[in-house]
Amino acid sequence: MAAVQETIDQVKSIDVTEYKYGFVTEIEMDKPAKGLTEDTVRYISARKNEPEWMLEWRLDAFRRWKTMTEPTWSRVNYPPINYQDIYYYAAPKSGASPQSLDEVDPAILETYKKLGIPLREQEILAGVAPENRVAVDAVFDSVSVVTTFKKELAQAGVIFCSISDAIQEHPELVRKYLATVVPVTDNYFATLNCAVFTDGSFVYIPKGVRCPMELSTYFRINEQNTGQFERTLIIADEGSYVSYLEGCTAPKRDENQLHAAVVELIALDDAEIKYSTVQNWYPGDAEGKGGIYNFVTKRGDCRGKNSKISWTQVETGSAITWKYPSCILRGDGSRGEFYSIAVSNGAQQVDSGTKMLHLGKNTTSKIIAKGIAAGKSDSTYRGMVSAHRKATNARNFTNCDSLLIGDQCGAHTIPYIEAKTATAVFEHEATTSKIGEDQMFYCQQRGLSEEEAVALIVNGFVKEVLQQLPMEFAVEAQKLITISLEGSVG
Amino acid sequence: MALITPLKTAAEQQLVEQFASIKAELPGAGAMRKLREEAFAGFETKGLPHRRLESWRYTDLRNLVREAMPLARRPARPQAVTDRLALQTIAGTRYVTIDGIFSPGDSDLAGIPPGVSVRGLAEAMTEAPDAIAAAFALPEVARDDSALMLNTAFAQDGIVVEIAPGTEVAQPIVLLSLGSGASEAAIVSRSLVKIGAGAKVTIVELHEGVGAAPVQLNHATAFIIGDGAEVEHVRMVTRQRAETVQVQSLLADLGAHVSFDSVAVAVNCGVLRQQSFLRYGGEHSRAALRGINLLRKQEHSDVTLVMDHAAAHGESRELFKTIVEGEGTGVFQGKVIVRQHSQKVDGSMKSHALLLNDGATMFNKPELEIFADDVVCGHGATVAQIDGDQLFYLMARGLPRPQAEALVLAAFVGEVSDMVSDEGVREIVSREIDCWLGQRDGAPKPGAA
Repeated sequence: MAAVQETIDQVKSIDVTEYKYGFVTEIEMDKPAKGLTEDTVRYISARKNEPEWMLEWRLDAFRRWKTMTEPTWSRVNYPPINYQDIYYYAAPKSGASPQSLDEVDPAILETYKKLGIPLREQEILAGVAPENRVAVDAVFDSVSVVTTFKKELAQAGVIFCSISDAIQEHPELVRKYLATVVPVTDNYFATLNCAVFTDGSFVYIPKGVRCPMELSTYFRINEQNTGQFERTLIIADEGSYVSYLEGCTAPKRDENQLHAAVVELIALDDAEIKYSTVQNWYPGDAEGKGGIYNFVTKRGDCRGKNSKISWTQVETGSAITWKYPSCILRGDGSRGEFYSIAVSNGAQQVDSGTKMLHLGKNTTSKIIAKGIAAGKSDSTYRGMVSAHRKATNARNFTNCDSLLIGDQCGAHTIPYIEAKTATAVFEHEATTSKIGEDQMFYCQQRGLSEEEAVALIVNGFVKEVLQQLPMEFAVEAQKLITISLEGSVG
Repeated sequence: MALITPLKTAAEQQLVEQFASIKAELPGAGAMRKLREEAFAGFETKGLPHRRLESWRYTDLRNLVREAMPLARRPARPQAVTDRLALQTIAGTRYVTIDGIFSPGDSDLAGIPPGVSVRGLAEAMTEAPDAIAAAFALPEVARDDSALMLNTAFAQDGIVVEIAPGTEVAQPIVLLSLGSGASEAAIVSRSLVKIGAGAKVTIVELHEGVGAAPVQLNHATAFIIGDGAEVEHVRMVTRQRAETVQVQSLLADLGAHVSFDSVAVAVNCGVLRQQSFLRYGGEHSRAALRGINLLRKQEHSDVTLVMDHAAAHGESRELFKTIVEGEGTGVFQGKVIVRQHSQKVDGSMKSHALLLNDGATMFNKPELEIFADDVVCGHGATVAQIDGDQLFYLMARGLPRPQAEALVLAAFVGEVSDMVSDEGVREIVSREIDCWLGQRDGAPKPGAA
């Protein structure tokens, strides 16, 4: 019963109507004028001291973006976004590219302390076994504040820095791989991101290296009326391995804020990338006021043979989630995995899923997606599994289950399964149900309250996915799920 | 954002001209004429369905119909039609349309069972345009479909069947629609089947082509089923020219406590789109849609269905089996909608496909759209080749490979054909399946061990 007690304590100890990370840091920011023009793009590029080719690349994307229209196929509703009413860049005034933590604005450090993110290496070291350390890249609005353990990682040959630094220091790698997985004109939000992306992480793991520690990026939106446009690029060279975690929070505000990210993963021969996300942007209040619009393009390319990319995501935040982490299984024998928990409550809308595109021979993929909808929220799983003509022996297993809590919410599944080769074996199953009365009865009969029983059953429902998360994240994610569902019973 | 008006394709332009020149001749005045004009206006804004529309993603009619064929006229009867009519394949009363036009002379009008009325749609439209116009109303989920708009605008004939409340019809009512294939033509027809409360009936639709010329066929059958009725429906689309492009729509409005079972079989179907729109209007109704698609060469069968649970306590079962060889394409798009107040719905949707060789394609898209919490809904979809273990088992017992394969395939689709409860109809379905299996390359010759 220890585990149950832990859950109960968890529920009790947290004031649930509060979004825990909803505080604002008062700090002086540097921003261009609102709105998006070529000048904004030039401003961002200039602020980052980018080389000419990068500016041209951005401007080209911007011109293309102007010819595109916002997609409407997803099952989410929101008032039109005024792209001219957003700040596209916001950086703390002090400490432009700080060399050490001492140069970072104390207010920012305080923010991360409140969020529980260790930025001082010595703090992390205390009492933690070396293999359990986590290197962090902290992104605050539009800039990377600090990246820890850079030196130690460099000894192993691992490059872990902000993408802005990478453009300066490793232009050859950036030019070689940027936008090779998500093309510039992939979709409306990705193209917008190409034009105005500010910061994010860059990771390069050299041949045969197993990254000595977990890498992680923590994204924080702080400033009002700003959009965050992160760009992450991870390259795992032949035979390497990396596990990367991503976390995100934002303050509580009445107006909606835009987050349009692009994440590209590239795995060469025999390499493996494990990418985990705990997304906890501010979801808006129960009536749907405020919250982050999360329009994200995440895609991994298993370019080499026998490579593997694994996505794990826990989605509890954001007013709108529009996100389909995908795998292009190009290399023969490559593997793709997608594990997802999407919890929605209040007026949240989630439209998420994955694409597994089997191009190479003997490729396999696995999709486990769990959606939990409560309150007045809508949760949609949208996924595609396809096998190209030449993808002999492609295998896929998909399981998506939805749990509905309350009669005001909706759960939808829209899977596309396309097989163009006879040797493909695709299996798909999906169920939608509410928590079984017999399960509730069983728990309550043993003395659990209704809320405790729901928490226990939900934990069991999502366990399969939580197991895929790195240890320290799994605990955090479990807490998040309990919080998100609070108040949904009765 | 500028609103983009796409240019009309040649076929769409031809349809516009056709409608303008022929609308005065189409049967039905008053409300019916108004309905046709509204439907055509709707079509004009939408155009032919194309792959950018989610529900037509895999069947691009705009691309398939390059030229609109002229609307079929009452044909001079080719010998092939006479020969086919001489065959009475299913025990039961038979009502015939040729190229979509009701043929009373070939129909068992004398043998209509008590409690049943059968007449031509054109006749009914002329006599009671208002009532027919009302019966033409489309369910909410089908209102956007421009193939159905086209059907409403051009439907020139068909069969109207009415079953009085409480009537139990012992033998199947067979609606045979023959494509004469005398010349290239567009066949647009609709059948209306109104079943009174508590009635019990089996309706069999046979769509066959006998001639050499390809056709464009757009047929819809609309069921209105009263409370407590028990209905079995079988539709077979067979013997179509490879170039024939066909849209078959099934519309059904279910009352309360209804039981509706439908099996759709497509063998040698050319290019076929089968779309079904079921609406549960009353509580405690159950419906099962099942189907078999056997595809080879360039054949294409698209099964698209929408089960709209607008009432509580509904049950829906869907099971579709597809075998694809050659360069064939199978499509399954199923959608189960459970509306907010439709609690206690039990839905299960399955699509299974076997691809026999490279080049065969299967697209599966089983969707759930659920707004009520107290439901049990699930779907499953599989695509694979013939199970090697099953083949091994049979071959280890001495069956040559072709026989072993035929047995596995027959069993695969047999799960669905066995659900046809009328024995005579089941036999016809099985015969079509066996015939198709027998035409496979290397298939065992009849009479072989």
